[in-house]
Amino acid sequence: MGITVVEVSKHFNGHVALEDVSLSIASGSLTALLGPSGSGKSTLLRVIAGLEKPDSGQVLIEDLDVTNQPARQRGIGFVFQHYAAFKHMTVWDNVAFGLKIRRRKRGEIRERVAELLQLVQLEPFAKRYPAQLSGGQRQRMALARALAVDPRVLLLDEPFGALDARVRKELRAWLRRLHDQTHVTTIIVTHDQEEAMEVADQIALLHEGRIEQVGSPRDLYDQPANEFVMGFVGPVNKIGDTLVRPSHVEVALEPGAGDEAMVERIVHLGFEVRVELVRHDGTHISAQLTSDEAEQLELERGRIVYIRTSRERIFQ
Amino acid sequence: MLARYALRFGVLGYLAFLLLVPVGMIFYRTFEHGFWPAWHAVTTPAARHALWLTILIAAITVACNTVFGVALAHWLVRGRSRGRGLVNAIIDLPLALSPVVVGLSLVFLYGTGGWFGGLADHGIKILFALPAMVLATIFVTIPFVVREVVPVLREIGTEQEQAAETLGASGFQVFRRVTLPAIRWGVAYGVVLTLARAIGEFGAVSVVSGRIEGQTQTMTLFVSAQYENFDYVGAYAAAVVLALIAFAAVVVMKVFRPKEGAGY
Repeated sequence: MGITVVEVSKHFNGHVALEDVSLSIASGSLTALLGPSGSGKSTLLRVIAGLEKPDSGQVLIEDLDVTNQPARQRGIGFVFQHYAAFKHMTVWDNVAFGLKIRRRKRGEIRERVAELLQLVQLEPFAKRYPAQLSGGQRQRMALARALAVDPRVLLLDEPFGALDARVRKELRAWLRRLHDQTHVTTIIVTHDQEEAMEVADQIALLHEGRIEQVGSPRDLYDQPANEFVMGFVGPVNKIGDTLVRPSHVEVALEPGAGDEAMVERIVHLGFEVRVELVRHDGTHISAQLTSDEAEQLELERGRIVYIRTSRERIFQ
Repeated sequence: MLARYALRFGVLGYLAFLLLVPVGMIFYRTFEHGFWPAWHAVTTPAARHALWLTILIAAITVACNTVFGVALAHWLVRGRSRGRGLVNAIIDLPLALSPVVVGLSLVFLYGTGGWFGGLADHGIKILFALPAMVLATIFVTIPFVVREVVPVLREIGTEQEQAAETLGASGFQVFRRVTLPAIRWGVAYGVVLTLARAIGEFGAVSVVSGRIEGQTQTMTLFVSAQYENFDYVGAYAAAVVLALIAFAAVVVMKVFRPKEGAGY
């Protein structure tokens, strides 16, 4: 196993951050810790890194109990949301930091830093200071710095959270490609379900200090363990106790077996269209169609349609 | 418009009248009869000894208070122990206390009958000698480095330090390679303030020194003594030397300090 967390609990001044959390992460995989803010995902990452000490429980990295080891001995690479760049050092010195601490030979350091700057596409910026870089460049530098020491595990704490949407998407795809090249066991903390689904092999969804479900992105979307998971990983309609995804709401013009509903609003999202409907008992439901489907049905505000739901779920 | 001019003249006039005129007056009086009388006045054996003593005391004070001040600031900002608030308040005490009170407290402590008065019986001379003068100067300059470093430490936060830790750095390596470079301009500013205050200290040192010419007379005490002996050129010239040292320290720092926002 790459990383194993066994029954870890952590409290901050009487507030529960983690409650009896256990998790296994395979070597070479990329796992996302997903959850809303305050769910304990960052705390869990920091416990694995050794930056926080758990109240109880164990952390194993490559089957070695590291619970009582300080962060510097754990062989990890850590990337912070706000880069944590060493502001008084050039990009080159930032990346070389861990190697210098380890007293590697000069030639070796030069070679390794050059290699990493190439990997993160920052060679032309080697002599710049962090203040002279964009946010995306700073975070790539931070990644190179963390990877320079050949960490056994790479831990990323909301690494793209401070970047704008477009850069975030680019870096996300780039991170996945990087992972496929390096195969370092990686954990990424994020509150963005789309990000988790896009980059991760496995997602652990946290809520109020507990793990709600662990599985592949597809498992979480199609086989959610409970209502919270279903609602967090995708849009959902709630009709009484029944939950159904908007993409599983079928819209037809003929009465057939469906319920009557009126189109209240049509939201164009590019390839997809979200249709908001009101049923005649006054409840709201939304349906997700492709824009072609919506066009064929000639949907417009005020139109009466018939809806049928499939793959509904009821959680006790 | 008028208000703006009034403000400008008011502020500049205030500075000119209270700062520039008196300092300018000293320079004028010093060189009133040419350069050489002033030069001879500050190169007498007594003056040279006073200058040497001032520099010695300032050097020891700066060294002690820099190391201690950085350590204390680090503890105040990063430490977790209780009582930090109390210590934080106590640090400013020297600013509030009159230097004469500081001097007297040392006299009570190290003088005959004081807690450490017995030291003199064992041949360890504190009072009316260099040790007491250094102690007095350290006392009055304690706050400067701490007060400059604390806000900088707060501002840089702990993330860079944690990043260094995850990269394998030990506590000392984190401090030397990450924390210290990040706070260096705060430290430098604190050093300059400490230095300026140390070479200018009069009251506390005056009380504990005994004011023995050629032995425990610092430059400020020399100025005072010459003035009382009607050697005005000597007093003014020595004052100019003090002013130049302080001025040089400020200039050195301004020259080496990088411009704001110049990529560090």
